[in-house]
Amino acid sequence: MHARYTWRTLSRETMLILLALLFLVPLVGLLNVSLKPQDSQTSALALEFPPTLDNYAQAWTQADLGAALVNSFAITAVSVVLIIAFSALAAYPLARVTRGWSRYAFYFVIGGLLIPGQLALLPLYATMRDLGLLGSLWSVILINVGQQMPFSVFLYTMFLRELPLDYEEAALLDGCGPVRSFVTVVFPLLRPVTGTVVILNAVGIWNEFFTPLLYLGGSDNTTSPVAIYGFVSQYVSQWPLIFAGLVISVIPILVVYFALQKHIIKGFAGGLKG
Amino acid sequence: MALPHATTTPPAVREPTAQAPPGPTGKTRRGAGVRAPWWFVIPALAVYLFIVVVPSANGALSSFTDWNGLRPVWSFVGLDNYAAVFSDRTARDALVNTLLLAAAATVAQNLVGLLLALGVNSVVRSRYVLRVIFFAPVVLTPLVAGYVWSFLLSPSGAVNDALRTVGLGALAHDWLGDPDTALYAIVAEIVWQFSGYSMVIYLAGLQAIPAEVLEAATIDGAGAWSKFRRVVLPLLNGAVVINVMLCLIGGLKQFDQVMAMTGGGPGTATETISTAIYKSAFLLGDFPFSIALAVVMTVVIAVLAAVQFRLTQRKTS
Repeated sequence: MHARYTWRTLSRETMLILLALLFLVPLVGLLNVSLKPQDSQTSALALEFPPTLDNYAQAWTQADLGAALVNSFAITAVSVVLIIAFSALAAYPLARVTRGWSRYAFYFVIGGLLIPGQLALLPLYATMRDLGLLGSLWSVILINVGQQMPFSVFLYTMFLRELPLDYEEAALLDGCGPVRSFVTVVFPLLRPVTGTVVILNAVGIWNEFFTPLLYLGGSDNTTSPVAIYGFVSQYVSQWPLIFAGLVISVIPILVVYFALQKHIIKGFAGGLKG
Repeated sequence: MALPHATTTPPAVREPTAQAPPGPTGKTRRGAGVRAPWWFVIPALAVYLFIVVVPSANGALSSFTDWNGLRPVWSFVGLDNYAAVFSDRTARDALVNTLLLAAAATVAQNLVGLLLALGVNSVVRSRYVLRVIFFAPVVLTPLVAGYVWSFLLSPSGAVNDALRTVGLGALAHDWLGDPDTALYAIVAEIVWQFSGYSMVIYLAGLQAIPAEVLEAATIDGAGAWSKFRRVVLPLLNGAVVINVMLCLIGGLKQFDQVMAMTGGGPGTATETISTAIYKSAFLLGDFPFSIALAVVMTVVIAVLAAVQFRLTQRKTS
């Protein structure tokens, strides 16, 4: 890593930059086409003057993206908060208690990592239908929380096992009960892994298509990907209009990504060190 | 902003345990007095049982019945649903397509991800910007990325334009409309979208390799290639295992991009297990068939995970 900058580094850098430009082509094309008039015949990367925002106005109202984005946001926020609360709580005894039941419970929960959601799909769908939860955001939230338990509990437990007991012992000497000790002492110490859990789950849930399609598709309560799916099938190959809708739907996640890229990349890399 | 490779390492204790309760050995001291109430597991366990365990068990059991999701009445039909799955053209095509897609995406995404990681781990000046760009597609909604690519790959799309511009017009093609290329066009999208994820994991692995090890190899006269083969690659084993596992499982569950790019067509050329499960249950209303297919998928994933586990264990031991 202390090598000098040579002509070989320069050629390598040039190749990487060209590759990065290639990586950006789909994103630039997406933005460019969304700014063209709807009858445009020019190539995806050809600039057209003057750019128009008409597609955005039309896509916003036709696809009802405002309401869909609010739903996506609500589902993501509530799911992530519940995932954090449930998995951090559960990981505490799973990591600290060394008796048999604790180990078996841990394996029982992380065993879920190997079960694809498709296996539970239809019985779960029937249950949600019988409970009258089809079309309700709560169905999607509950499913997100349940499906994310194995991975999140796993991350928290592995982290807690490495965390020294000294802080908790100090809290105990200060007269803290286990609940207060967890909330005021242990949970704040879990911040690095909480960051990872928040990032991985928030990105995954925001982008998720399959579960909301099943439970919210056709209702008035859709999420952004489901709204986009309906919008695209309605306006087949009217690309400038469709692309404006796509841009609106990905702006929130891209803005968050470029603002927090350091933390997000770190979260993705960190979650997998397990 | 170096990418930390051990982001989930707990904070170190600053002061030694001067005031810790006395205990004869470290072993008994650990946990002495600190109580973690068992009932903390209840919320997680309850939602996990309700969403994952009970319906999965129900799914596995009802694959041997004619339960159609509506009537509470059902009867055992033995292996009939499985016989139906394996004698169905679409389901067989979906199985083969899914395995091909998962294998191709795993190989290509890991190669590209590793090359990108090696590239941005060097002294190039733009390495931080490059990382952010290569990783950006990872956070993009897969459905949306699929639509963008279906436009780029259309007969008059950017890919064909580019081929014509550089004089390779003969290769221009309806990539998603041709049954021979459609599946691999989807693989190309997956590789574009998720190579950055593999890159980040490989990068964490590369940065964990101590500089002394590489210097020692250089002193011993190892060239760039043999240094990579004999020193770097073995030390990246952990990253390879994680990446291959993630790619395989993601590929085997593939749904979003297929729905966006081809909807499973043309014909059944890009039908995957997930799209077939969705269609048989929610478009055709054939619950027993769909559930049996889901059990087959679970078995495929479990078997491949076990095989990978065995292979990597042999490698490390």
